[in-house]
Amino acid sequence: MDSRHLDADIASRTEAIVGRLKPLEGPLLPILHDIQAEFGYVPQASLPVIAQGLNLSRAEVHGVVSFYHDYRETPAGRHVIKLCRAEACQSMGANELADRLLGLLGLDWHETSSDGAVTIEPVYCLGLCACAPAAMVDGEVIGRLDADAVQDLAMAVRA
Amino acid sequence: MSVKIYIPGDSGALAVGADKVAMRMAQAIAARDLDVTIIRNGSRGLFWLEPMIEVETEAGRVAYGPVKPADVDGLLSAGLLDGGDHPLCLGPTADIPFLKRQTRLTFARCGITDPLSLEDYRNHGGLAGLINAVAMTPQAIVQEVTESGLRGRGGAGFPTGIKWKTVLEAEGPQKYIVCNADEGDSGTFSDRMIMEGDPFVLIEGMVIAGLAVGATKGYVYTRSEYPHAIRMMTRAIEIARKNNILGPSVLGSLHAFDMEVREGAGAYVCGEETALLESLEGRRGVVRAKPPLPAHKGFLGRPTVVNNLISLATVPVILDKGGAYYRDFGMGRSRGTIPVQITGNVRYGGLFEAAFGMTLGELVDDIGGGTATGRPVKAVQVGGPLGAYFPRELFDTPFDYEAFTAKGGLVGHAGIVVFDDTADMLKQARFAFEFCAIESCGKCTPCRIGSTRGVEVIDRIAAGIEPEKQKDLVADLCNTMKFGSLCALGGFTPYPVMSALTHFPEDFRPVPMSQAAE
Repeated sequence: MDSRHLDADIASRTEAIVGRLKPLEGPLLPILHDIQAEFGYVPQASLPVIAQGLNLSRAEVHGVVSFYHDYRETPAGRHVIKLCRAEACQSMGANELADRLLGLLGLDWHETSSDGAVTIEPVYCLGLCACAPAAMVDGEVIGRLDADAVQDLAMAVRA
Repeated sequence: MSVKIYIPGDSGALAVGADKVAMRMAQAIAARDLDVTIIRNGSRGLFWLEPMIEVETEAGRVAYGPVKPADVDGLLSAGLLDGGDHPLCLGPTADIPFLKRQTRLTFARCGITDPLSLEDYRNHGGLAGLINAVAMTPQAIVQEVTESGLRGRGGAGFPTGIKWKTVLEAEGPQKYIVCNADEGDSGTFSDRMIMEGDPFVLIEGMVIAGLAVGATKGYVYTRSEYPHAIRMMTRAIEIARKNNILGPSVLGSLHAFDMEVREGAGAYVCGEETALLESLEGRRGVVRAKPPLPAHKGFLGRPTVVNNLISLATVPVILDKGGAYYRDFGMGRSRGTIPVQITGNVRYGGLFEAAFGMTLGELVDDIGGGTATGRPVKAVQVGGPLGAYFPRELFDTPFDYEAFTAKGGLVGHAGIVVFDDTADMLKQARFAFEFCAIESCGKCTPCRIGSTRGVEVIDRIAAGIEPEKQKDLVADLCNTMKFGSLCALGGFTPYPVMSALTHFPEDFRPVPMSQAAE
């Protein structure tokens, strides 16, 4: 599909989501969550459709998308690792584990590997503070991480 | 009769392999042709023992943990179904000291019941508060909550009854109950445990709040980092709707109340109530100036109760047993119980609900058993990333809103993070500024710019560039942030920074050049 057709496709799928969720009180975040679930990110081509549907300016919609850490401008890797960097995990050596994992993956925070296999992101608390250090991999929680587990994780996401 | 085995479905248990244990158990039961029902309960909150499984015997529930999938066959062979002896056996669950020493009011059912069984919920005292409330006037409900002395468990400690009275007396075409379940503080997970382990208690609390102030619609605003909690809460709401706990006729009365879950999008500042309301309305999570109070102009400009999840989940027991019953626990102006979360580098980490008044030292050393690494405790941070670091010298501080304020700290959402003696408090102070910079909503200057300048100043201390001058700068900057910020993010970041600087000055001395070069 060329980019014009792709944009038209995004627009029509966005319109369906907006139409469905518009009746909610405060519909914008639920709409953006559904769009990200649909496309894996929030495409630029969605923004005018949302703005039109909710009677907002494009700037307002862009402002909301860019405010929240969750919304992506580009698709993530096939695997997404969110490693907790907050205090409870720090107290159990999360900083050292993070350095190790970033080294094994050859990535810095928020980066995606060139083969598209994995994206690594920091997260500030998963509510697993009594089984720290913790991470979330493709939506599944992992606690009591150690050097071996991090090694396994790096292998698994590259497989 | 079928034997019941409980394997927690709480995220804290899932993170350490509870699903694999449950799967192995189901296979082993089928292979042995046993008559067993596996129930995925919430967690009891003894996380160092998770996955902790329990079996219901004639003499009560018996616990085993931490269980690995490979232990399952051995457990069954050792007579698990009769509470048989095994190296992993912890004895009767109720007799485990960590549980026995607690006073569980808010968490009375968490870990005991099937979270999505309404029958279980009723059999363990659920809905008694709501049944009372339906027959009371709004004023009488508010009076009961006021009498209980319940204060906001999000950290601010504002009396819940007074907030409700303000909304009850406010005029508006539509009023709302908003549950703040945006539990972003590191070292806390009590909201998550309730949503995953006893979601009906939150629903009951929100319906009671609705009856009390005349609100017919509620929202639970929670974090995208809690996908499991969102799933459980959503399913519980559907079940409550089918059983007329929610809907046009609450328990067959003339009152209507309905609610839904809303998911945040990864912004810590949305735990601040006005930023939360902005986010709920679909805008950037930017803090609003107060007044107007949310009680007068909240969600969509209408009168709104914004309460922390734990406050709302405590309301049912108050309406069941009476405000005086709840008030009789606690100390000073901190009434009732507080679910303390003991976390980080600690031997026995978990949720410990007790009456206000226990000292920090009792919680860390006695209940928590010191550090997980076995090294000495250096510092504990209480109240999340905006809470102060306490040294051992302040371990006699009792858990009480006023006592913590007097020591330059805060109770917050009652999370304690323990650090051993390898912690570098300069790094922790730097992180506090860094976190504030990442999460600042950008509305007010002290928070938006002060946080970034703070990181730079701490870096200069670390580099040994005029350290004494820099320390004065940090103190001055913190003073500006504390008094000049719009909300607690910028206003409380000085707590971790200044407590680290004051109580651990040795970590802020420049490293001698010879050492630094190594």
